Amino acid sequence: MELNLQELSKTQYPIPADLQNNVAITSLSKIYNWGRRNSMWPMLFGLACCAIEMIATASSRFDFSRFGMEVMRATPRQSDLMIVSGTVTKKMVVPIVRLYNQMPEPKYVLAMGACASGGGPFKEGYNVVSGIDKYLPVDVYVPGCPPTPQALLFGLIALQKKIDGQSIADYDDVPWYGVGLSDPAPVPILGPDIIDPRQMDMIRRQAEKAASDGGVLNAARSLPSAAVAVLDAPAKAAKPAPAAAAPAASEADDKRAAALARKAARAAKSEGAAASTTPAAVPAASLPSGGKPWEESEAIREQRKQAALARKAARANKTEG
Amino acid sequence: MVDMTVPNSPATSIEDAIADLKAKFPDAVSDDKREGYSGVIVSKDKLLEVARYIHDTLGFDYLSSATAVDYLGEGNHSNDHLEMVYHAYRTTGGKALVFKAQTDREKAELPSLVSVWKGADFQEREAWDLFGIRFQGHPNLKRILMWEGFHGFPMRKDWHEAYYEQDHKPFDSRWPSGHVYRAEERNIFGKNVKYPADIDLSKLTDISESSMYEGFGMGVEYTQVRDGEGMATDQLIVNMGPHHPSTHGVFRMIMRLDGETVTHLEPVMGYLHRNHEKIGERNTFLQNIPFTDRLDYISSMGNNHGYVLAVEQLLALAPKYTPPTYRTEVLRVLMVELTRIVNHLWAIGFWLNDLGAFFTPVLYFIQERERILDFFEAVAGSRMMCNYMRFGGVFADLPERIRTVANLMNDRVRDFNTMQFLTEMINERIPRTIDELDEYLTNSDIVRVRSEGVGYLSREDAINYSAAGPLLRGSGVAYDIRRAEPYSIYDELDFDVAVQYEGDMYARYLVRLQEMRESVRILKQILPRLEYTAGESVASPFAYSGKVPIGEAYGRVENGKGELGYYVVSAGDKKAAANPWRYHVRAPSFINLTPLGVMAKGGKVADLVAILGSIDIVLGETDR
Amino acid sequence: MNGIGFIKGMLLTLRHFVESYVDDVRYGFKKYSPNVDNFQQRQGTQAAGVFTVQYPDEKVAMPERFRFVPFLVVEDYDHPERPGKDWCTSCGICAKVCPPQCIWIVRSNDPATGRPVPEPEAFFIDIDICMNCGFCAEYCPFDAIKMDHDYELASYDRTTSHIFDKDKLSKEFKYWKTIAPNRAIDEAQARGGWEHKDAQKAARRGGGAADSKREEVRARKEEEQKQPVASAPVAQETKPAAAETPAPAAATSGGGEKPWTDSEEERERRKQAALARKAARASKRE
Repeated sequence: MELNLQELSKTQYPIPADLQNNVAITSLSKIYNWGRRNSMWPMLFGLACCAIEMIATASSRFDFSRFGMEVMRATPRQSDLMIVSGTVTKKMVVPIVRLYNQMPEPKYVLAMGACASGGGPFKEGYNVVSGIDKYLPVDVYVPGCPPTPQALLFGLIALQKKIDGQSIADYDDVPWYGVGLSDPAPVPILGPDIIDPRQMDMIRRQAEKAASDGGVLNAARSLPSAAVAVLDAPAKAAKPAPAAAAPAASEADDKRAAALARKAARAAKSEGAAASTTPAAVPAASLPSGGKPWEESEAIREQRKQAALARKAARANKTEG
Repeated sequence: MVDMTVPNSPATSIEDAIADLKAKFPDAVSDDKREGYSGVIVSKDKLLEVARYIHDTLGFDYLSSATAVDYLGEGNHSNDHLEMVYHAYRTTGGKALVFKAQTDREKAELPSLVSVWKGADFQEREAWDLFGIRFQGHPNLKRILMWEGFHGFPMRKDWHEAYYEQDHKPFDSRWPSGHVYRAEERNIFGKNVKYPADIDLSKLTDISESSMYEGFGMGVEYTQVRDGEGMATDQLIVNMGPHHPSTHGVFRMIMRLDGETVTHLEPVMGYLHRNHEKIGERNTFLQNIPFTDRLDYISSMGNNHGYVLAVEQLLALAPKYTPPTYRTEVLRVLMVELTRIVNHLWAIGFWLNDLGAFFTPVLYFIQERERILDFFEAVAGSRMMCNYMRFGGVFADLPERIRTVANLMNDRVRDFNTMQFLTEMINERIPRTIDELDEYLTNSDIVRVRSEGVGYLSREDAINYSAAGPLLRGSGVAYDIRRAEPYSIYDELDFDVAVQYEGDMYARYLVRLQEMRESVRILKQILPRLEYTAGESVASPFAYSGKVPIGEAYGRVENGKGELGYYVVSAGDKKAAANPWRYHVRAPSFINLTPLGVMAKGGKVADLVAILGSIDIVLGETDR
Repeated sequence: MNGIGFIKGMLLTLRHFVESYVDDVRYGFKKYSPNVDNFQQRQGTQAAGVFTVQYPDEKVAMPERFRFVPFLVVEDYDHPERPGKDWCTSCGICAKVCPPQCIWIVRSNDPATGRPVPEPEAFFIDIDICMNCGFCAEYCPFDAIKMDHDYELASYDRTTSHIFDKDKLSKEFKYWKTIAPNRAIDEAQARGGWEHKDAQKAARRGGGAADSKREEVRARKEEEQKQPVASAPVAQETKPAAAETPAPAAATSGGGEKPWTDSEEERERRKQAALARKAARASKRE
């Protein structure tokens, strides 16, 4: 892709009119990101139906080599981008996390389709992971079942814009240039059901509780106490859900998570326009170490419910009048 | 043609065969008298003996489907039990001999039929994995779709998953007071998990990996094997997949190599097991149609077709039943044959990828595929997940014009006359592409050297392993369901069954090539039929909550990959007459993998991916 | 024999290579120019060579039946009588027929009587579950839920944005008429008019008001026809022969803007005006 001088010289330093198009002032970040985003190598890695659309995107008609992505590498060591294209099963998530850990940084994850984002139509299944973001940080979600090749391209462009928004001067944006290796994502264990190592303590506590109660350890229950509390008393919004208490992340994890959260927030802010549906994000929710990806949604839901009730009340007033 | 006489077949029709069976085993075999059911029930002590008789003497040499059903609670049955249902066919054509064996739920055990039909191998493992039926005498009874160490047998009716909400859809929580939540919110762990009460975390080990290598020895085996001349070679255990560029998805193989020669191979699957059947039994009959799209996602139209045929068999049991109109059938055949071409183009293209013709042929084929997908998109609404067929009808008739409408910024529109588009595609483009492919590769020296004589599957093995589709026909068995047991309007269409006798990869390639030509031939006969049936109704008379009569049905079609069968049971459950009691998919991609070990054995490891490619699997269907 | 087949194959590759330049020669530098209307030829059955779609600069438009995530039809915001009113009556059929059960509906109740009111109080679709099958639209008896054609939905976060609520799902009826003009006509014929079934029923009951209403409708139609958004006039109940009417939106396809709608502000303004009218009416009744 050609280097767009005009795009590059959009800095905070004004250029005199007679020097425009002759001199380009740019930041190192912009050059760096320009190079980076135009050489994203996706991993040659297909899971399910969406993989077929990914292949269609890669081939003659939609051809994502126009974005510098034609080099699909089967080895994680040579790829920058993991397109999670399809249903993630519990059996498959173990290799996926391992593959992710083997990718060199900077690395990005794109969840393609409903299944990879949140379980999709197969969410209720016993062997299906409800969204790869339960185990890995996801940068871009592409909805659809399956997303058409054009929808995937839109997602890839959104990813490029996200990269554009990163600054190499900011450690939060580029934590991989810091000291030492980054922490690998913990690899799940296939026990009686899939076990997330970050939840080990919580499972242990639940097991002890179940043993002492003489009850059964069964996660499928009517409603968690915390959720009931939230539903019943919306005012007490700051309710720690059980999973939140899981002392899963070490201190280092916390730091990294915070950095990632800031990074995501920045990206979302700077490129909010890229994806029309991006709201003022609460990005920490998609992070791996938080372990409570549903808390925000509950708050939102509560908000929505309140709004609905308010509307209803308004209507009631009107009809009474 | 091959000599297709059945060895000493005393009975020709199914009724004769059943009568013969009952005469021979008066104590063990009885009619299945349940309403809407057919076939015989065999007592489990005599099952192996009876099965051998059915195979050897009655000539039912092809075991199409073997699956379990859990009869628990109310419904069309008196006592709780597990039941294995077998559908056996003759490769000379004709209907199925259905026989069943029942066993206790608590101590579920049945004799294994692998010694009679090797094709039962994976299907019995699946029944063990999902239903917990122990098959005595099975050589390798391990879990196949779930991992070793998983808790419980998920397809049993009393087993509930972590996100379990209700037995049947529609769920009550959606309407009228559907306050939205995500299923994660209702789980302590925020994930789709549940653990048994007696989980012992101190001894928690992941045995899913080690169990796979059982029988191989762990890792590299250093015992040196000496051949006659005293040359020392190492036996090597090699793992391939589930992430491998040439496994066509998330498929995995573990093999033992002697030098470069494969001495033993075991396929490992389940990496895309997304619980199609469990979800399918919760869905209503109608709701399963879009789910079938996601089985073999290259050829969704064919998947739809098999499923609606199976359910239509059940619907036909009702006193009031209107069969699909002629135009409906014509449209279905049109779609299915286009899908077959798409499927074969895809299969050949990726097989060539595996042979080393990296992506050039695929790109040529995908161009034509895209054009056909454009047509699907205009008619059915989606490129891949067509969701086109309905019970007794189809979603909608062909639009007059294939026209797009600008909506987003920079949208470019196209506008073709549908019939003209179809005519040009069928008469010009598709045949040209096939000829091009023929010219390009059929006599290419590299293709021939790489594929001739490689991946050999004998005729006997192909039948015995329940191979289907081009894999079966490439081994000299002229068995095509469109001819062997015609459905839809295939009996009035003029086409030949493609068959090759060599049994190697090249033969399968030729079969696919020939089949595409035959598909074009069928499509050319469809075009005039489309013209003169124009205006006929294609709407489905089936309401969204329509009830399906009690009974069982096995509907099967010849899909691109082979015989795709659906076994559906409507139990007449009072609370859920619109939901299937059992919904099973006889997936060609799954069963065609049974002979993979045989085909790979003795071959070079470099040919392995190509052999796999020549079977043509899609993991969505393999693992369901 | 040796090598002949191979060479033949290579020649074919060469032919493809040469063909890929045919269009370049034919159209020169204007190959991808929006002013040269060659997209249809390049994508059609007679095309040869490269047929790459330069995605962000040119997009393959979607056919009328295309289905992506659903949306809810609401009455146009400039509708004289029921602006912005939901077509949905919260009958719940879509939620019942939905295969992955991703539709959630809260039915309204009249607070005075406690009886259900035919409109949804809340409506949610979890697009992380939705399988785009189109059953909801197919089985909706009121044409109130339709499959959208806008696939550009990628986002950086799903927890907050992937459960679509009623606000996000609602789109004007006008939009549906633009993205699926022929289907909208077919459906209107089946309904017996452009209006929602309930509105038609009310109009029939109203009797006298019908004439003035028809006037209004006609005026609105004329106004609409001035805009690029063309929809078939309501009086003309017969479906126009497809050959005669080239895709109505085609005329605007070259333009940079979304052809189906005016700018965001304009829409917002109309919505506000509609709400104001509605409020005024309500106060009048009081």
